[in-house]
Amino acid sequence: MPAFSCAFPGCRRDLLVIVLVVFVGIGLPIEASAPAYQSHGTEGSHLTNITNTKKAFPVLAVNYEHVRKPFEIALWILLALLMKLGFHLIPRLSAVVPESCLLIVVGLLVGGLIKVIGEEPPVLDSQLFFLCLLPPIILDAGYFLPIRPFTENVGTILVFAVIGTLWNAFFMGGLLYALCQIESVGLSGVDLLACLLFGSIVSAVDPVAVLAVFEEIHINELVHILVFGESLLNDAVTVVLYNLFEEFSKVGTVTVLDVFLGVVCFFVVSLGGVLVGAIYGFLAAFTSRFTSHTRVIEPLFVFLYSYMAYLSSEMFHLSGIMALIACGVVMRPYVEANISHKSYTTIKYFLKMWSSVSETLIFIFLGVSTVAGPHAWNWTFVITTVILCLVSRVLGVIGLTFIINKFRIVKLTKKDQFIVAYGGLRGAIAFSLGYLLSNSHQMRNLFLTAIITVIFFTVFVQGMTIRPLVELLAVKKKKESKPSINEEIHTEFLDHLLTGVEGVCGHYGHYHWKEKLNRFNKTYVKRWLIAGENFKEPELIAFYRKMELKQAIMMVESGQLPSVLPSTISMQNIQPRAIPRVSKKREEEIRRILRANLQNNKQKMRSRSYSRHTLFDADEEDNVSEVRLRKTKMEMERRVSVMERRMSHYLTVPANRESPRPGVRRVRFESDNQVFSADSFPTVHFEQPSPPSTPDAVSLEEEEEEEVPKRPSLKADIEGPRGNASDNHQGELDYQRLARCLSDPGPNKDKEDDDPFMSC
Amino acid sequence: MGSTNSTLSKIPNVEELMQETGFTPAHIVRLYDRFEALDKEKTGHLRPQDFGAINRLAMNPIGDRIIGAFFSPGQETVDFHSFVRILAHFRPADKKRPKDPSMPEPVNSRTSKLKYPPLVFSLISVAFQLYDQDKDGKISRAELLQVLRSMLEMQVTEEQLESIADRTIQEADLDKDDAISFEEFRKSLEKVNIDHKMSIRFLR
Repeated sequence: MPAFSCAFPGCRRDLLVIVLVVFVGIGLPIEASAPAYQSHGTEGSHLTNITNTKKAFPVLAVNYEHVRKPFEIALWILLALLMKLGFHLIPRLSAVVPESCLLIVVGLLVGGLIKVIGEEPPVLDSQLFFLCLLPPIILDAGYFLPIRPFTENVGTILVFAVIGTLWNAFFMGGLLYALCQIESVGLSGVDLLACLLFGSIVSAVDPVAVLAVFEEIHINELVHILVFGESLLNDAVTVVLYNLFEEFSKVGTVTVLDVFLGVVCFFVVSLGGVLVGAIYGFLAAFTSRFTSHTRVIEPLFVFLYSYMAYLSSEMFHLSGIMALIACGVVMRPYVEANISHKSYTTIKYFLKMWSSVSETLIFIFLGVSTVAGPHAWNWTFVITTVILCLVSRVLGVIGLTFIINKFRIVKLTKKDQFIVAYGGLRGAIAFSLGYLLSNSHQMRNLFLTAIITVIFFTVFVQGMTIRPLVELLAVKKKKESKPSINEEIHTEFLDHLLTGVEGVCGHYGHYHWKEKLNRFNKTYVKRWLIAGENFKEPELIAFYRKMELKQAIMMVESGQLPSVLPSTISMQNIQPRAIPRVSKKREEEIRRILRANLQNNKQKMRSRSYSRHTLFDADEEDNVSEVRLRKTKMEMERRVSVMERRMSHYLTVPANRESPRPGVRRVRFESDNQVFSADSFPTVHFEQPSPPSTPDAVSLEEEEEEEVPKRPSLKADIEGPRGNASDNHQGELDYQRLARCLSDPGPNKDKEDDDPFMSC
Repeated sequence: MGSTNSTLSKIPNVEELMQETGFTPAHIVRLYDRFEALDKEKTGHLRPQDFGAINRLAMNPIGDRIIGAFFSPGQETVDFHSFVRILAHFRPADKKRPKDPSMPEPVNSRTSKLKYPPLVFSLISVAFQLYDQDKDGKISRAELLQVLRSMLEMQVTEEQLESIADRTIQEADLDKDDAISFEEFRKSLEKVNIDHKMSIRFLR
């Protein structure tokens, strides 16, 4: 219960918001005045050291200078996160306005405040951006990239990324140059190369902005992967174009050779980036093979290798983003086969956390930089830029789709095209690239202003309106799908089928090469990169194990099984290669129980979440504990406590011995258990042939009949469907049987639950 | 073009075949060449052994089932027409083709027919048929186990196979008859983008 309950609803929320605002209000002056402090600080301390001979020992002294830099950084991050927190407390706001917009507004306010105080607001330093803020977001995106849709659409994505960006850059650059030629605009000093440079900066779709906005609209997978993939892969084009035009505009002239070199450069940059990423990815996978004794540092290897890949490729002016993506994609299947479950969770959480912080900081800094930066406003130029951005994007998408649809099996509909075009948001990368322009460019300020305007326009206008438009156009949304073993099996079956048909036709097509790659992977690569005997394990088995483990964990967390059990469950159910220490029958029972609970609960599990704000397990926990078990949670807890006591009894008793009669047991536990009521203790009733709630109930009973005819006291009172209550009985029955199954702990009781774990 | 025409003229009832399956002349010619390459003894029919000679099929876990699909029950050989008709199931569904009401629906439409006369299948139905060897319209647990066994190539224990099969059936089985009917099979695959998967560009 909350410590202070308010008379009316929403009061507590408002209170928190007020607290946050106060915090911010206090925080800013401290920060802003820090630079002022600094100027006195160093001199002052030196002076006091040298000139003063006798002074009372300072018991309490303030030395801000000592901690200044980390203090400021930490404070900024803290404020950013508090802002983020604040938004989510105001539900209506966060439903209408995407978070990115709110953060930019906050940045604007903060920048304005700082300026009012009279200090110089910090600008988004390009080095800070490219080396610290961007990598976590990209790594998060790359590591959790949904591979199947990506590879299915990679052709389309590449066309959009490369040709689309080139088209945008040249179209915009060219038309802006034409605009500048018009006398009335007053920009006749801007030459073609400068315009093209500007065009290349503004043309690229930004992954950060796309992620931030698309996160919240849950669009269908195809469109999401198209826009998102494009935003990632166009980095190579942007890098090349930017460097090219920068060089050229210094020199002033362009020859055919330069153009040719530019094209070569593009291939070098993109393929080189991918190669660097892949190398580091394999290194990471190889390293993870040996980490079975030092599980704690496993996540660090993943992060560091990826970061090194990024830095290495940046060092060679290759595409860092592509390196990072390649590294994540390559490393993931092998690393996840090797690392423990906890490490996997750690990696997931850390990536989401860092990328969340980065994103927040980027948007806030964008706002602050807007206030800070030198501006040169030219109405015509800026407005034309914005309009041209839109126009070129739309034209590009339509034109390219027309060509692409000739090669696609599943065509892109008009709605898809619209969302792809409308979702082409620009963001902080464009700003940073603009900021990087050296001051010798006379038009730098103008360009910066225009870039910022474009960013604001796309993020605010397009970002805010895309959600209602999606609703309006009834665009297909993302289908919630739980990982289904049916899909896995049948998809694999279909793959084999089509490979076979290709064989019959004598055609060396798509499936043939996929099959070859899989075979190569299985025989050679996995052998080197996966620890222990795991590499022989077929993917289907790994998938199945994953599912069972997840379900077992879910059951434990929801309170249906006490946490004593999982170590035994994990041992018995999830070590396919170990010699079965438990008899087949018990394994069967365990599996049956898990399956029965699958039937009962039918949880919706989100698969392949590339969501920034929510995580797989958190969702499930919420679903399970709140929605499903709210009403019966108390009762379940009670029963669990009952069961726990009984279990301690069973654990010492061999499985097949007949238990004492109900009356006796009741006496024994009476003192412990005051929560007994007549109907809650499932002792006396023998089951009547009542309609079972699930078929498994029937099968469980039957099995009971065969195996343990002498223990009627254990049979739960299955009185027929009583809604949740019957679920509980079922759960209880399962529980009892599970307790019985596991009464023989097995020889490896003390082994840690750190077996290799694979993820969805 | 000349060679195409001359090859086409060798095939009886080519027009009817093209209309029924939707293949272009170029496709038919390619398939005919392939047919002849497989038919080493030039009998004009293919036997299971001819298929077996294809290495890629031999390596395929479900290769023998695929071969079996070409032969209708009771037949020992398959002629060119049946060969082409069966391969027509793997063509991408062409939604834009105008449907001539007088013609029979082309064999690769996605809508299914529950009781299937031998040659008019839907895309998913082919896969279903390959699972369902005894042709009772359901994938029983035993049949599923067989498929799993052949796909997983003996790398797993029998208990694991059984529990996977159990779970699969449980997931898909809506009418609780402990087997997967065609409807249930189709339903479990509705999230998978079949059109994208099941079409071989070669045959377009």
